[in-house]
Amino acid sequence: MSDINLILDTADSLIEISSRDIKKVPTLRGKSIVNFFYEPSTRTKASFEMAAKRLSADTLSLSATDSSMVKGETLIDTARNLQAMNPDIIILRHSSSGAAHLLARYVDAGVINAGDGIHEHPTQALLDLFTIKKKKGRIKGLRVVIIGDIAHSRVARSDMIGLRKMGAEVTVSGPPTMIPVDVESLGVKVMLDPIKAVKNKDVIMLLRIQLERQNKVLFPSLREYAIFFGLNTQLIKGAKKDVIIMHPGPINRGVEITGDLADGPFSVILDQVSNGVAIRMALLYLLIGGGKGDNLD
Amino acid sequence: MITWIKDGELVDPRSATKKKLDIVIKKGKIESILPTGKFNPPNTGDVKIIDASGMIITPGLIDMHVHFREPGEEYKETIATGSYAAAAGGFTAVACMPNTHPINDSRSVTEFMVERARKANLIKVYPIAAISMGSRSEALTEFGDLKQAGAVAVSDDGRPVTSSELMRRAIEYAWFFNLPVISHCQDLGLSNKGVMHEGAISTKLGLEGIPAASEEIMVVREILLAKLTGYPVHIAHVSTEGSVEFIRQAKEKGISVTAETAPHYFSLDHTAVIGFDTNAKMYPPLREPKDVEAIKRGLSDGVIDVIATDHAPHSPIEKDIEFDKAAFGIIGLETALPLTLALVREGVMDLTTAIAKLSYNPASILSIKGGTLEEGKEADLTIIDPNSEYVLQKDSFHSKSYNSPFIGRKMRGKAMITMVGGRIVNDKLNIEN
Repeated sequence: MSDINLILDTADSLIEISSRDIKKVPTLRGKSIVNFFYEPSTRTKASFEMAAKRLSADTLSLSATDSSMVKGETLIDTARNLQAMNPDIIILRHSSSGAAHLLARYVDAGVINAGDGIHEHPTQALLDLFTIKKKKGRIKGLRVVIIGDIAHSRVARSDMIGLRKMGAEVTVSGPPTMIPVDVESLGVKVMLDPIKAVKNKDVIMLLRIQLERQNKVLFPSLREYAIFFGLNTQLIKGAKKDVIIMHPGPINRGVEITGDLADGPFSVILDQVSNGVAIRMALLYLLIGGGKGDNLD
Repeated sequence: MITWIKDGELVDPRSATKKKLDIVIKKGKIESILPTGKFNPPNTGDVKIIDASGMIITPGLIDMHVHFREPGEEYKETIATGSYAAAAGGFTAVACMPNTHPINDSRSVTEFMVERARKANLIKVYPIAAISMGSRSEALTEFGDLKQAGAVAVSDDGRPVTSSELMRRAIEYAWFFNLPVISHCQDLGLSNKGVMHEGAISTKLGLEGIPAASEEIMVVREILLAKLTGYPVHIAHVSTEGSVEFIRQAKEKGISVTAETAPHYFSLDHTAVIGFDTNAKMYPPLREPKDVEAIKRGLSDGVIDVIATDHAPHSPIEKDIEFDKAAFGIIGLETALPLTLALVREGVMDLTTAIAKLSYNPASILSIKGGTLEEGKEADLTIIDPNSEYVLQKDSFHSKSYNSPFIGRKMRGKAMITMVGGRIVNDKLNIEN
């Protein structure tokens, strides 16, 4: 929890850099950062790259298609080769849960998990916490509901862990096929019906329904999902008057959220994106900028 | 030339013997078993003396479930290296599952394996043939021909027999040839893309789960098929509380079903996967503490007849990769004995029962020689130091592979001598020097 507060506070002190005329400070000059994205990503990849550049680090971005993975090289061999070029940080996005753990065992560089399979997406959770804190002034005691495919969401997993650590009450909601076994062991409540689940909530977090992952077994159709589990103006009436709506993007308009709500006054979806840059700057600074964050997990 | 094993404690499950007895071996056979101090060695001729004081002498251990990877994946294990590992672990006989490349679904593969074992010339290696051609659950293999070639059982291990009709016919047809049918219980639809047990840990780690029901559904099917046909079925690697209970009920009703479990299912639970350790990835997966307790109960009260290792060697190519992409399975031949002895010390079962599950019971199920210590029988035996303590090291394995979750663990109990037909094939007492 003190680690999380340190990151949030650091992000808060760095956020104004992004609104300067000259959006660059020399803090990480001479440091090299590898953005290694095995999976497609727009937001996270751009956010890390922007964060690194604003701190004057040299960045290199690799994706699965232009890495040797397509030639059959293993993750560990690729990692060893990157290590041989002595980068300071490797940021990894990968489709396998635990991939960042595996990489970290084989390289000396710091490893930041930018999303591994359906395991975790810790920087997303941090920027979510940061956004909530900035909007609500606190996290502790807030009532948060996460709606969607909890079982297959790395964002949900990291948010559940982060929010509980910071003292929020967390409820998860969605069709039973999307609620993982024993999810209560993470300290969250289950309320399947979103109508009940959003009642009196301060924060509604939505998850992207993964069209590409959906195999017609978890739910029959997007149409039916939108009717029974999508957030709309009727459903949101049960929440607190000052509720905020969050979404890690990319959104499916008309599926997990209606377009008017996504663009409306409750939505903080674009604030999340802005805050993401600050959070990632904070992490890079704490890890290699002479900050005191060597042991951040 | 005779061999005299003196001052040890003989444990023979068949005769329910557990006392200090000497064994005299001549021409590869047990010449006599007699009270300590009664044997007068002849003045003439060589006598090889094995001082077994403080040790136990058991029938040669038998592992009815191993994967020796030959033919096809010799870089993981061969019949020779697997035999070497078996001997080091105290095993005098093993039965090899047919999921090699090509699959052992024909006389030529079975004969090849028998020939390789003969060349390795260490322990007894019995092939298990496939139930269906290519283990594809479509057509039966030639059970009679395979039996004549040397197969001792049939199984599609590594895959379930997905067709209930085919499994029914396999059970019926195998009976004619006295071939046990061994079932790998897995509902492929339910286990789907799962890579570990479905529960709190899979939820925490974001790994796709394999529910206990994926095993239990098939256990129940096999029990019902055994009941329908009236012929026996053997259930491989039981891992869940539900399976133990279904098998218990079946046995109580007199249905002809036997079962095995592997040492990892009574030694580890799903928390071993935390940290994404691919050496904790196997099928069936490590389950919950309640399942571990149920397996122990099943061993204790006889629901589970056999301890078999499911020895599954893999190289770093299959294991030092992302968890979801890594191969299922761990090696077991060199850890089965100390892990089983730990259960004896824990009071789960007595030593004689434990040895029965590692020798006499698998021999009975497979109808193979061995499993007992009797005068006139082949001298296949194991001498165990139950108090030898050591930390298991990665480089201590005789297997070609070292994919074991037990590396670094403190072990107690070791096979000091493994003897096959009177010949010492594992000699940690330096008898032959």
